Amino acid sequence: MTITRLGRTLTYVLVAAIALAIAVPVAWVLLASFKAKGEFYGSPWTLPAGLRIQNYVDAFVTAHMGQYFLTSVLVTVLGLVFVLAVSIPAAYVIARYEFRGRGLVEVLLLAGLFVNVNYIVVPIFLMLVGWDRSLADVLPGGFFIDNPAVLSLVYAATSIPFSIYLLTAYFRSIPVDYEEAASLDGASRFLVMTRIMLPMARPAVTTVILFNFLAYWNDFIIALTLLPGDGKTLQVGLLNLMTAQKAAADYGRLYAGMVIVIVPVLILYALIQRRLIEGMAAGGVKG
Amino acid sequence: MTPAAKRRKRGNGGFVLACLAPALVLFAVFMIVPTVNVFRMSLYTWSGFSPDMRFVGLDNFRRLLDDDQFIRAFQNTVALLVVVTVVTMGMGLFLAAIMTRQKLSGRNLYRFVLYVPNVLSVVVIAAIFSAVYDQENGLLNGALRLLSLDGLQQVWLGNQRIVLYSVAIAMVWQSLGYYMVLYMSSMSSIPEELYEASSLDGASAGKQFFSVTLPLIWQHLRTTLTFFVMSAVNLSFVLVRAMTGGGPDGASEVLLSYMYKQAYTNSSYGYGMAIGVVIFAFSFLVSLLVSRATKREPLQF
Repeated sequence: MTITRLGRTLTYVLVAAIALAIAVPVAWVLLASFKAKGEFYGSPWTLPAGLRIQNYVDAFVTAHMGQYFLTSVLVTVLGLVFVLAVSIPAAYVIARYEFRGRGLVEVLLLAGLFVNVNYIVVPIFLMLVGWDRSLADVLPGGFFIDNPAVLSLVYAATSIPFSIYLLTAYFRSIPVDYEEAASLDGASRFLVMTRIMLPMARPAVTTVILFNFLAYWNDFIIALTLLPGDGKTLQVGLLNLMTAQKAAADYGRLYAGMVIVIVPVLILYALIQRRLIEGMAAGGVKG
Repeated sequence: MTPAAKRRKRGNGGFVLACLAPALVLFAVFMIVPTVNVFRMSLYTWSGFSPDMRFVGLDNFRRLLDDDQFIRAFQNTVALLVVVTVVTMGMGLFLAAIMTRQKLSGRNLYRFVLYVPNVLSVVVIAAIFSAVYDQENGLLNGALRLLSLDGLQQVWLGNQRIVLYSVAIAMVWQSLGYYMVLYMSSMSSIPEELYEASSLDGASAGKQFFSVTLPLIWQHLRTTLTFFVMSAVNLSFVLVRAMTGGGPDGASEVLLSYMYKQAYTNSSYGYGMAIGVVIFAFSFLVSLLVSRATKREPLQF
């Protein structure tokens, strides 16, 4: 009996230790973002002297994180709009209509689930460069590279397989009776889709929004590649800040920048964590 | 579908096409075409911006075999996959079993905390771990100094022999909570009676894990394993790109980061894409292998 109790205590200690290993570094960054330059020398395990917000001012203004923040919001929102606008109708049709080639479409989309966007970012970049070059006479400044809207479109396109997969499964789980009743009442096909089915699919749509929000907001490889100019996203800005601050050994601004990136996501996560976790169970797996 | 519904759905070609076309066009342009291009470009040499593109057949692949840096990146990728998969899966299963079976107090808080890294971006994680691993002012070396264990201090990201483990720890840190939550949800669907029956037979909690829990979630475990391998290939890249840049001296280079380097820094797009083909083939083969190796008779409950 004492052995099992000892085992139990050990297990609890282990779980607590793992949780601490995750919580402490994150909390430490929050604290360190208030430290002055001098405070970074010596032991890292000291509390900041006071609530200095100078680091935040530096990060927002001097390091342009405020501007990058707006770019990120724009790109993320546009990406979500694009992906919902194209995925919902497609998923609905795949779930509800018989048409030739449906099997092929489903297989292709399923295969798309296995193609990670980072595998194909090089050809996407070259393709966009090529388009810009062939447009050079009309638009000498280029259109496709360094365009936040194009970045959103690439985000949306590469998350189509996952979004359609999730939405189709959900549409299929809704009984057809509602649609039949509505169309007997004379509703058009478009109205049936937007007014009857879409509201009922809200849980799946929310899940799609959540996962894609995280993917778009957190991406940096595609943003780094497709927005090489000044209009960076938050993540790329943070990466630059990281490189710059390492050389200058002035960490305060970097940690403030990290907090700016982390806080919106953490707030969202705290608000919707149950939704997120339920959605994960429903959606199966997504890395 | 009822016959009435089917009839209703005849003559809907226009509607179907209008709904389907935008998604399929985007999917084709930004996913199918680039994927095909990875394979096609691997047969050419091309510096990217010049129009001069020469067909060389399988030459790029032959060169890969003699490229020590490529072989090292390949070995690093395999090592990371093996270590990170075993550790993450093992710990994830262990934690999930404790959380669901032991009715741990404060388990909602634990779940909340453990899942946090999954919502953080890779850049943030790289920055956090740079702070942890920093040689002078890092949390890890600082903690070791506090505990008077100065001898254990390391240059965590600058030592060729250690850097890969440092990256592996960051990967486990990132994905542990996600897999724990995933397994918690599949374990919680196992009916309580099965555990009651097995504890009447005198099985301990540890034994129950192997005789009840594991066999019953096996199918789910297999699926997650396949996806895990693919996302780990990817995560190792983004993390290495942001944290070490492949250094020191290629010690933490992985396949995707080497491809990226060849394509952009070196402007050998064809060669880079040959690496891309290897990555595609490798992830496909590993998934297949994992799925074969873990095949068991499905158990129902």
